[in-house]
Amino acid sequence: MAANPQTVDELTRTSAPRAGWLGAVVDFVRCRPLGAIGALLILFMVAMAATAGLLAPYNPLENDYAAMLSAPSAEHWLGTDAYGRDVLTRILYGSRTALMVGLGASLLGASFGSLIGVASAYFGGRIDLFVQRIMDVLFAFPVIILALVVVAVLGTGAGNVILAIAAPMVPRCARVVRSSALSVREMPYVDAARASGFGHPRIILRHMLPNVMAPILIMATAFLGEAILLEASLSFIGLGVQEPTAAWGLMLRGAAVEFAETAPWMAIFPGLAISLGVFGFNLFGDSLRDALDPRLRTQ
Amino acid sequence: MASYILKRLLAMVPTLLGVAVLIFVLLRVVPGDVVEARYLAQGSQFQSQDLMNQERAKLGLDQPLWKQFTTWMTGIARLDFGLSMWTGSPITEEIKLRFALSLQLAIMASLLAQLLAIPLGILAAVKQDTWVDYAVRVFSIAGLATPSFWLGILMILFMLIVFKWVPPMVFTPFWVDPWQNLAQLIWPALAVGYRYSAVGTRMMRSAMLEVLREDYIRTARAKGLWLKLILTRHALKNAILPVLTIMSLEFAFLLGGLVVTEQVFNLNGLGMLFVQAIAHRDYTLTQALVMLVATFFLFVNFFVDIAYAWIDPRIRYR
Repeated sequence: MAANPQTVDELTRTSAPRAGWLGAVVDFVRCRPLGAIGALLILFMVAMAATAGLLAPYNPLENDYAAMLSAPSAEHWLGTDAYGRDVLTRILYGSRTALMVGLGASLLGASFGSLIGVASAYFGGRIDLFVQRIMDVLFAFPVIILALVVVAVLGTGAGNVILAIAAPMVPRCARVVRSSALSVREMPYVDAARASGFGHPRIILRHMLPNVMAPILIMATAFLGEAILLEASLSFIGLGVQEPTAAWGLMLRGAAVEFAETAPWMAIFPGLAISLGVFGFNLFGDSLRDALDPRLRTQ
Repeated sequence: MASYILKRLLAMVPTLLGVAVLIFVLLRVVPGDVVEARYLAQGSQFQSQDLMNQERAKLGLDQPLWKQFTTWMTGIARLDFGLSMWTGSPITEEIKLRFALSLQLAIMASLLAQLLAIPLGILAAVKQDTWVDYAVRVFSIAGLATPSFWLGILMILFMLIVFKWVPPMVFTPFWVDPWQNLAQLIWPALAVGYRYSAVGTRMMRSAMLEVLREDYIRTARAKGLWLKLILTRHALKNAILPVLTIMSLEFAFLLGGLVVTEQVFNLNGLGMLFVQAIAHRDYTLTQALVMLVATFFLFVNFFVDIAYAWIDPRIRYR
């Protein structure tokens, strides 16, 4: 927004928010260009995942030993890997894995975390103290170490990876949401709900949770990028999504490092996909935080 | 202050006990044990059950769980971490050199990160909403988005193609050959430090923006003080506190959290050791590593809080 509107036109342009969703989009793009770029990258990634079956020139799982490690060309735009699989195809399909694990883990982590956080703040007293101590224990584990332990217990594969990534996110979300919920608990409407004789679950779910939605959304979008990154890391060390599933972190594993000098496309493009995807989610998440959290808003 | 320190130290005990119980139980839930893992590694999975039970008895795995746990705990109380179940050598020996490597890498990465984060954050705050600010923000968000292992691969690739040189792959302790040591560790430190500086840059920027709006800054400007002097003498002192906090918390996680970067640079740090220990179902070693990382994290937290009171006289703990 212009800091100092000089003309009537400028004044009217920066005043009231536009009506309708299209207007809201235009406003978002104008006020938060970085967030708009992020949203665009996310949309692009979603489109990739949705149309991978139509767009992908090859089968992501089919080996073609005649075309092993071939450089980018007209047939294989981004080259092929050590099994002759098309890198572009696998990147397109890999966006499905990344989105599925990212969304799954951040949804799971944020919902469990916020439920624990709100309930802990609502009940207060000893329950709160006890829950906080448990969260302290989980907090003392580095994210990747906790994820690795969960993978060791449950085994590898996309479903288990979602649980492994959600686990370290629960205490982080619970802590943030709890602090917001503490002030919500003191609100008159919560007293009113209690006076009306509503049960605990109803007050927690219907009265408190909707009012701490802003921090939950902020945490969930921040987790999304982190979850995609973590999935890539786990798959890269062979403890995440398993071959032959197409996953970006997995594409960087093994042959991509061994043949990095002769076939650098195998190491460059999947990493670029990870970075751009996470970059999009981070940009969007940042703008969302600025928009939703007035404390952090820069004037 | 003394009673506060004591209280904080005592509060660590239940947390560490919780960590110990959690990792102890989780490891026992992991399918298989060290004896099976060893036979699998030797390629003969059909060993007689008797022989395997004998091995288990030797390692104390036939004892009831509560007894295994109390043995472990009393050992820790005497600072005796026991023997690795996989190699049979003392755990302190297994960890020593790797701890040195991981700690050095963590320190180097965080120094690099701070060298990058503090000036960039100040610059972005001073030039808020200009192209400089946007460039710094994009640079730092890109740092958060780029996997450090991929950055590591790109670095090695770049050096290989341009300079026909790869960093040494064998770890030399700093006290043996500082040059060799730095030539190896500077690259992973850069790869990790870039990502980690992003956290600091963003914190520095927002803290600086907040401080720059304070009355005393306006007073300093009104009396015509140099902007440079205001920034370094007046603003930085107040804005740097949250940055140091967040960076030291991240530092605490760097010790055990570099599993993937260590893999790329072929470093035998604590992260790699942890992955191996879990794969071997080496209960004692895994437990010791988790306790080490958790204790380190709690102590860094503790020192940050103490340092806060020391740096900022307005904060006093009771």
